[in-house]
Amino acid sequence: MADLSANFLGIKSPNPFWLASAPPTDKQYNVLRAFEAGWGGVVWKTLGSQVKNVSSRYSAVEFNGTKMMGFNNIELISDRPLDINLREIAECVRLFPDRAMVVSLMADNSREKWHELIAQVEDTGAHGLELNFGCPHGMTERGMGAAVGQDPEIAKMVVEWVMEKATIPVITKLTPNVHSVVPTGRASVEGGTHALSLINTIQSITGVDLDTFVPNPYVAGKSVYGGYCGPAVKPIALKMLTTIAQDPVTAHVPVSGIGGVSTWKDAVEFMLLGASNVQVCTAVMKHGFRIVEDMIDGMNNWMDEKGFKTLDDFIGKSVPTITHWEDLDINYHIVANIDQDKCIHCGLCYIACEDTSHQSISLTYGNPYNTYSIKEDECVGCNLCKLVCPVDSCITMVEQRKGDEYLNWKEFQRRGLPLNDH
Amino acid sequence: MSILNNRLTNEQYEQNFSDIHPPFDSREAALVEANRCLFCYDAPCTKSCPTSIDVPKFIKQITTDNVKGSAFTILDANIMGGGCSKVCPVEKLCEGSCVFNLMDEPPIPIAKLQRYSTEKAIANKWPLFQRKPSVGRKVAVVGAGPAGLSCAHALSREGVDVTIYEKESKGGGLMTYGIAAYKVTPEFCEEEVEFITSLGGIDIIYGQELGRTISLPELQASYDAVYLGIGVGVARQLDIPGEELTGVEDAIRFIYDIRELGYPSVPVGDKVAVIGLGMTAIDAATQAKRLGASEVTIVYRRTQAEMPSTEVELNLAKLDGCNLIWLASPKEIKGENGRVTQLICNVMELGVPDTSGRRSPVETGKTITLDVDMVIKAAGQVPYEALVNTNQLTHWNGKVAIDSYCTTNIPGVFAGGDCVNGGKEVVDAVQAGKDGAKAILNFIQSE
Repeated sequence: MADLSANFLGIKSPNPFWLASAPPTDKQYNVLRAFEAGWGGVVWKTLGSQVKNVSSRYSAVEFNGTKMMGFNNIELISDRPLDINLREIAECVRLFPDRAMVVSLMADNSREKWHELIAQVEDTGAHGLELNFGCPHGMTERGMGAAVGQDPEIAKMVVEWVMEKATIPVITKLTPNVHSVVPTGRASVEGGTHALSLINTIQSITGVDLDTFVPNPYVAGKSVYGGYCGPAVKPIALKMLTTIAQDPVTAHVPVSGIGGVSTWKDAVEFMLLGASNVQVCTAVMKHGFRIVEDMIDGMNNWMDEKGFKTLDDFIGKSVPTITHWEDLDINYHIVANIDQDKCIHCGLCYIACEDTSHQSISLTYGNPYNTYSIKEDECVGCNLCKLVCPVDSCITMVEQRKGDEYLNWKEFQRRGLPLNDH
Repeated sequence: MSILNNRLTNEQYEQNFSDIHPPFDSREAALVEANRCLFCYDAPCTKSCPTSIDVPKFIKQITTDNVKGSAFTILDANIMGGGCSKVCPVEKLCEGSCVFNLMDEPPIPIAKLQRYSTEKAIANKWPLFQRKPSVGRKVAVVGAGPAGLSCAHALSREGVDVTIYEKESKGGGLMTYGIAAYKVTPEFCEEEVEFITSLGGIDIIYGQELGRTISLPELQASYDAVYLGIGVGVARQLDIPGEELTGVEDAIRFIYDIRELGYPSVPVGDKVAVIGLGMTAIDAATQAKRLGASEVTIVYRRTQAEMPSTEVELNLAKLDGCNLIWLASPKEIKGENGRVTQLICNVMELGVPDTSGRRSPVETGKTITLDVDMVIKAAGQVPYEALVNTNQLTHWNGKVAIDSYCTTNIPGVFAGGDCVNGGKEVVDAVQAGKDGAKAILNFIQSE
């Protein structure tokens, strides 16, 4: 049995699975249920000046029958009175002292307001603070949330205000609604934040109702941009996370990974790319808190299989494998191979290659089943056929190097080697 | 033992003859299955459909909520795509070749999805097709069965005025009169014919029989072309002693009566033997049971490996509690007071393959005797040989001979469907009608 216990800035939790600051963490009832289910920690839904929410707050993207592949919300920060939130946070800490309790904050735009809020939260016994510089809707119009996160100077200033007052660890949450998360990440680190978390939600319109012509979610004939999350955003989150993990300034602080984490596999991927733990929201909003059972179990089994004893054994392990395109090995060449015993003759590889790639698959007519085979000389090894194939390991990519030595693009050009073999 | 009608209560009849093809309960249920479809290229399902319905396309259209487009894709290839989705032996056609079978996964329920789209089209009377302006040509179609209706629809779409002469009082042919009522209800058959003729330009005149009320020369004189879709006739004779006894029935007649007279009116025995093991035999056996027969035994002279019925069909009979006797061939029907009491069968064994490639049954010299009061003959149907002969049509054992342009030996007279092939699936007849229409259009345009 591997050891899944996590230590994030000294905040300990029995596993690296936290619930992100969001509706599932906005009150004691939910949080206690989450802890009972086994979640390692929570980031309490953002506190600040109490707000009022509209009805009709969520919308989703469905893809080929999969519900909530992407998810979107137009909720603001906590709409409950601050004193109730604080009392409930203290109660949760008391009842589950072994779980991480981090509180998300978004104070009004002044040093005093931040200091006041931090003092009140620290009194609850919470273990850490997360600064919400990411909320993409509603709060930005008030000069808060993403409006802070999108401007490195302002972000740095607010982090400095916080660090003057805070006595517990501080995590700064970054917005993805920027061309790069690195400038704000750097500014926050320079301002003194102990850690970063990313990504917050991405501004979005999930779709337009074809009968009312109003985008979703529908609010009395109107809609607004919402914050996009769920499995659809995971690849974007992983990329942004990696830029933070590779930057010489931000690489020095731990990162909490957020964005479409639904399974232990997703969590492992975030951690391989530098996250010390992960935060989950959409997946529990779809399935409930019970999904943590397989997250714990699956990660445990995987770690045992790989021989990892603690989380630190694999956190960040994949970060160095992301390189620059110019450094890729041009002599690496792969060619598709179809296992005819596994082939079910659906023709998806053929039509994908024929219509949109390199015409590298031949069709031999059969009734009713055609036979498909690879034209090895034509195949550039793009992976498309393997990706569309519905049968596991029916199409494999076989290495057929163009040369033994490592050869990158810069060297290729320097030697004046011939371009375009296709 | 006796042959009686009115054996069951109305509720029992209702239950026994309700549609065995329940529709998807909801759009979501249909989408679960539609979304499983891989959208194969040059799809094996399409290649296995005699009318070449673009199956991946119509299923994809269901997933995009383009049900109207989906129905058009189906019905454009097969105007009886609604009925075919209920009666096609899909296990040996589209669904049988679904690539999921090769993964040992259940195939896509193509027929059920096809019902989803076509039932909406037919129930809502969607005007999916538009007639071209009349081209001033007239074609007579004999027989409002699948071949005739398909031919008429294809011709009318091209602006040809079609008159169909039908001997029965309803259209649909064997779809309406020759298939178990629980597979396709009489109500649906009527709606389907109405849907087809709603295109316009198709006039069906009922109660008109070739050789009795109308003649081929008359039709030739009044129309630019004639299409014969007259189907096949009564069940093949057994040619054994006792065949004239009361209680010996023709399966086609039996099935016809069930649909035409209503369930309580049709008499059925206590103990029924059904001869043969094609689709018609299954339909007769299961319906005899569903009418209240206490014991139904299907007698077949070969083994399961040679049977014309599909396994799915055979299972229907088994689930209905029908008995099966393999390798038994009727030898004699015995009776008392002119009524059937026993069926005596030769016990057979399999010998060398015959012209169909199946091993021929050979008598062993042993016999078995079944106590029965009703014998239903379902050992194939016989073409209208006399009718074909009288009209000087070239034929093979009564099956009308046509060339590759669906043309008979008489110029301007075309034929297709069961009267040509001797009896195949509805879907084959629909394709024959399409082919016939194409040939007729060429013919009248080149005139």
